[in-house]
Amino acid sequence: MLAAEGRHGPVIHAVTEAAAQAGASVGARVVDARALAPELVVQPADLAGDAAALTRLAHWARRWCPWSATDGVDGLVLDTTGAAHLWGGEAAMLADMEARLADLGQTARLAVAPTHGAAWALARYGDAREVSAPSALRARLAMLPVAALRLDGQTRQTLRRLGLKRAGDLMALPRAALDRRFGHEGKLLATPLRRIDQALGHLPEPVVSPAPPQRFRAVQRLPEPVMDPQPWLSDLFAVLCADLARAGQGVREIRLELYRVDGQASRFQAVTARATRDADHLHRLLERRFETLDAGFGFDTLALEAIRWEPQEASQAGLDGADGAEVALATLIDRLTGRIGAAVRSPDPESSHLPERTARWGCARVPEPPCRPALTRLPAAASGLAGAPSAAPHRSPKPGLLLADRLAPAGLGGGGLVAPARIRPLRLLRAPERIEVLYTVPEGPPIRFRWRRKPFLIQRHQGPERIAPEWWQAPASARLRDYYKVEVADGARFWLFREGVAGDGRGGPPNWFLHGLFS
Amino acid sequence: MVDSLVVRMSTPALHLPPVTEVLSSSREGAATGFVLAQLDASGRQGPILWVQDRLSMQEGGLPCFQGVTGQMGQEFPLLHVAAKDAAQALWAMEEGLQCAALSAVIGEIWGTPKALDFTATKRLALRAGRSGVPLWLIRADGTPGLSVAPDRWRVTSAPSAAHPLDPEAPGPALWQAELFRSRRSPPGRWVASHDRAAHRLDLAAALCDRPVGEGQGGPAPSRAVGGN
Repeated sequence: MLAAEGRHGPVIHAVTEAAAQAGASVGARVVDARALAPELVVQPADLAGDAAALTRLAHWARRWCPWSATDGVDGLVLDTTGAAHLWGGEAAMLADMEARLADLGQTARLAVAPTHGAAWALARYGDAREVSAPSALRARLAMLPVAALRLDGQTRQTLRRLGLKRAGDLMALPRAALDRRFGHEGKLLATPLRRIDQALGHLPEPVVSPAPPQRFRAVQRLPEPVMDPQPWLSDLFAVLCADLARAGQGVREIRLELYRVDGQASRFQAVTARATRDADHLHRLLERRFETLDAGFGFDTLALEAIRWEPQEASQAGLDGADGAEVALATLIDRLTGRIGAAVRSPDPESSHLPERTARWGCARVPEPPCRPALTRLPAAASGLAGAPSAAPHRSPKPGLLLADRLAPAGLGGGGLVAPARIRPLRLLRAPERIEVLYTVPEGPPIRFRWRRKPFLIQRHQGPERIAPEWWQAPASARLRDYYKVEVADGARFWLFREGVAGDGRGGPPNWFLHGLFS
Repeated sequence: MVDSLVVRMSTPALHLPPVTEVLSSSREGAATGFVLAQLDASGRQGPILWVQDRLSMQEGGLPCFQGVTGQMGQEFPLLHVAAKDAAQALWAMEEGLQCAALSAVIGEIWGTPKALDFTATKRLALRAGRSGVPLWLIRADGTPGLSVAPDRWRVTSAPSAAHPLDPEAPGPALWQAELFRSRRSPPGRWVASHDRAAHRLDLAAALCDRPVGEGQGGPAPSRAVGGN
């Protein structure tokens, strides 16, 4: 049983057969159904997902005719005019539809009628796979209940009170009387009279079919199987990139399919760091994979398809024909990623106090161009060429904009003040390494320590910088850390920390770790 | 003397590829700091491609974005490649050196693997010379082998300068930099420091003890660098 949110709490949206036998009915409230049958299982309905799936199904249904659309929340309408004979007649087409929908796991009620309204009525209230001829349409419709006329609940209730149960009863009434009774309720588009006219074909009711989703695919069928498909690929890439350029799109993920004569297909996929439609670059990305290609008896069909794409504006190349720095970087990232995958990374800092979480690496992305001073309008006459860009400073130090500062906790007692930049080492070990430490005071700095079996004598130290565990995600037993920057006798500088303090009740005596190397 | 040296170091000879090898220990960050200071002094803009092989990551850790930002004084976009071995790291460096949009390629290779032979350095130097992207090859715990790099340094940490506020704390970093093989200037030893405000790498003549037995005898003068 599926439930959707109603005006007064959840309402039953759909039921299984077992639930229907237990007393649940569509439109009733969930609490009422639960009162009848407490063992009912209720799941929330995914209305948006249903609508998306129905849209996909409507596109899929274009295998039978080119003009299809969704109809309400649970129906599809297909304009099969001129297409039915391709399937051996209308009855054969309906049988084919039912079989293929059953393959998809869908049960369907199908009908063919000369008008959209009549088909709607027959599919829901007629016989299974009913085909209605134009001549018998009026007589067939007259037999159906008024609900088959696509009227809203209030109108149906009024008709029931008036004793009008079948569409034929309405057709028998004078049109003027029907118009007077129902034409003035602000529902001119869905009056019984209008619905009858639409169902009988007296009023037009066009089906609006959404445009098919755009697809970028280039296919090359070869007259003879070839062992080496490479000479044909450059044309294929050029065609695809021309299509993309016409649509103003750039590809983010691309797939090349090589079909062998014996029906086997080899597929190669590549992703790009930014949208591109550079045929040479895409060709190079995929070309490397051909080392493992098994040609068999040769390939006869080559297909290149963009799987993921996004808008890409046309850009002006430099006068020397070179691309911009961003394009060059994206090309580099693509080449590296294509070969060694996720090992190509960019820093992905996270707002955290723990150094190892702050220094996290994410997937490689094209770095944003450095902040340049915004172009300002030059004063009309006075400046002349004196303010030309070449006079701009070599680089603009922005001491207030360091990343460490941006991550500083502001607002919590800081009053929005930016915290001073914290000292961080140049290199962080992958995991803090345990060291043996000699100290005088348990809470004080160390004097000497031993790391990787080598003793070090500490000459100078700075600290501690206390970093508390993040209580909102660390376990309650996590201990705080006191970080020291120390310099040993031969000059090397290290970042040590003591995990916990003596007597904090979270374990034995605190351990010391070495976490980073300073320059 | 310092000025003339700095000038000489900062004007590249055009016919030499911009490849530099830096040998160091994997247990200190001196080479990393020295290379970043050189990058800062070179003034090139753009992201850095930082290639490490598995062993150098295991021994010396990964670059810390906050630390790099702190040393460079501004955000430098980083692209990091965690290669699985030296051969893959060399390939990634070659690819990076073809992209002129990078400000530099930093490659870290631990030890002396077979893949890093004369031919490999020649390939790197050719690509670097063509695109003009400087390559800094950090050889942690490595032994100097055959290489076409015009400049080869050996960098270790030196006791830091005095901290301006706290006499107990380590101050600005100093390094012992030894240029042991070079095709543009005579080799030498210096104490290097990074002037962050002026975007400059300063090299000062190293004051070191003379070998025992040299001079007029008597106790050798003690080291006079970085004293309080």
